[in-house]
Amino acid sequence: MSGFVSETSRRRQRTRGALFTVHALTLIALVLIGLGPLYWAAKGAVSSPTELVTNPLALWPGDARWGNFSLAWDDLQVGRYVLNSFWIVLGSWAVQLFVAATAGFALSVLRPRIGPYVYGAILATMFVPYTVSMVSLFLTIIDLPFLGINIANTYWAIWLPAGANAFNVLLAKGFFDALPGELFDAAKVDGAGTWRLLWSIVLPMSRPILAVISLLAVMHSWKDFIWPLVAIADPQKQPIAVALTVLAGQAPQDQLIAAMVLALVPPVIVFLAFQRQIVAGLGFTGVKG
Amino acid sequence: MTTATVTRPTEEQAAQQGRAARSRRWRAGGRRELAGLLFLLPAIVIFGLFAWWPIVRGLIISFQRTDLMGTSEWVGLDNFQALFADPLLGTAVQNTLLFVGLGVLIGFPAPLILASVLSTVRRLGGVYRFLVYLPVVIPPVVSVLLWKWFYDPGAGLFNELLGKVGLGPYPWLESPDTAMLSLVLESTWAGMGGTVLIYLAAMVGIPQELYEAAEIDGANLWQRIWHVMLPQLRTVIALLLLWQLINTVQVFTEPYVFTGGGPQNATTTVLLLIFRYGFQQGNYGQAAALAFLLALALALMSAVYLRATRSWSKS
Repeated sequence: MSGFVSETSRRRQRTRGALFTVHALTLIALVLIGLGPLYWAAKGAVSSPTELVTNPLALWPGDARWGNFSLAWDDLQVGRYVLNSFWIVLGSWAVQLFVAATAGFALSVLRPRIGPYVYGAILATMFVPYTVSMVSLFLTIIDLPFLGINIANTYWAIWLPAGANAFNVLLAKGFFDALPGELFDAAKVDGAGTWRLLWSIVLPMSRPILAVISLLAVMHSWKDFIWPLVAIADPQKQPIAVALTVLAGQAPQDQLIAAMVLALVPPVIVFLAFQRQIVAGLGFTGVKG
Repeated sequence: MTTATVTRPTEEQAAQQGRAARSRRWRAGGRRELAGLLFLLPAIVIFGLFAWWPIVRGLIISFQRTDLMGTSEWVGLDNFQALFADPLLGTAVQNTLLFVGLGVLIGFPAPLILASVLSTVRRLGGVYRFLVYLPVVIPPVVSVLLWKWFYDPGAGLFNELLGKVGLGPYPWLESPDTAMLSLVLESTWAGMGGTVLIYLAAMVGIPQELYEAAEIDGANLWQRIWHVMLPQLRTVIALLLLWQLINTVQVFTEPYVFTGGGPQNATTTVLLLIFRYGFQQGNYGQAAALAFLLALALALMSAVYLRATRSWSKS
């Protein structure tokens, strides 16, 4: 890959020098803007409040106070909030995967007559951003139609709406469409039922797309802020993202920064572990947010 | 581009034939239809309750007065009248447009330039991509709180650093003049990574022969960028720009966590106003009315935009 800088010009001494300089400067800039804030947060988390004010540019505090992390974890209840976030992520992931897999399977393999209409209606929701229907979604969760129950302040209020993600259905259906149809026929000849077909043939073959949907779901629900803020009013049940905004007004600066570091560690670990898939997933997701 | 148009129809035909044959054979069993409905049920229930109904209901309650007890009465255009009587609406629209404008001004060229540089990198490409995407995985609330600390006029990182080279101190979030710019800088940092990687993928996909042909014709580096690379990226650029517009219009986390809409309402955006009406004042009708107008504005903007860029990419 040489792009707009061609092979011939890359052989020229001057171009090589210029390219090297640009690349080196870019790398330095990327380290500063990518890793810099994270490093600064880690440094701030183990500094004392006085040091943060008297010597703000110190690269590392005189005496690192690692205890700040356990103070944040216990005293600020960050442990509880992180656990809350874990539950929220887990449930949202399960619901999203379930809805996407069943809908994708029905639309792509079983193909009932109303399928195309349902698919159209699902895709149409992509054109209405959820911030726009947030108010009425809130009124819906406090009084579910037909059931008449109030699921606000429970994680169901986050889990269930998370499933209404048109993009997941689009990804799953698109992937299932590309699977060889002969396999399904063969399975049927062998006497496999519908459920068996999904569980033993379609899903095992669809691991790549299930991984993409899973990563999108996990990353997104860990980052989500506005909907949990609206749906979960009970401070004891709030995820870390919402709790941090409350803590920001009360906690000592150094412990608050420690809490922020604890909140960003899980997604960064997931990113480190699945970097390849996440970056590749961008190809699938294209221009969708 | 050309290779894609050659291969696509045949692939599509094959897939279509395969699908048709598959559904013919499967449909033989009448149970199939029932099973299909059964497997569609989760999606129908979930989308019905949490997507389709809220969208319809949003439209309905913007003409109603609704309270938490579940009682609602039709009030005609009262919500819209109250909305337009609120002097904050104009401010919020202006602020949102300012955020969008600054966001495009800074956040549109930056990823394009960064991606072009990255497309010429041969060694350590993975390191560059990792560093570029890292800010995207940080939860937005954490990013905002982190930057709030950096912006601190007392002992914040930015003023301390700029002070070393004799600049500032700047008020950042504290002044109505610079608050919005501060929000845009953070949100560009936080959101740029994905855009860079999408541009990068598109740039890598440009056939090398195009550059070679241009070079043989005597095109220099800038001409190769301007006349070969950018035209090849037209569709991607057009889509990402629209995506950025739609996203920035709905900005919420930044103003809510950074400033709460201040100072002097300088960062009160449309979405913040919807949030205030609905969830702080319990005025659901008025909130839904504003949300409805926002949806209308977004749809209108997208339609105009798509129309404009379609003719632009034809020419």
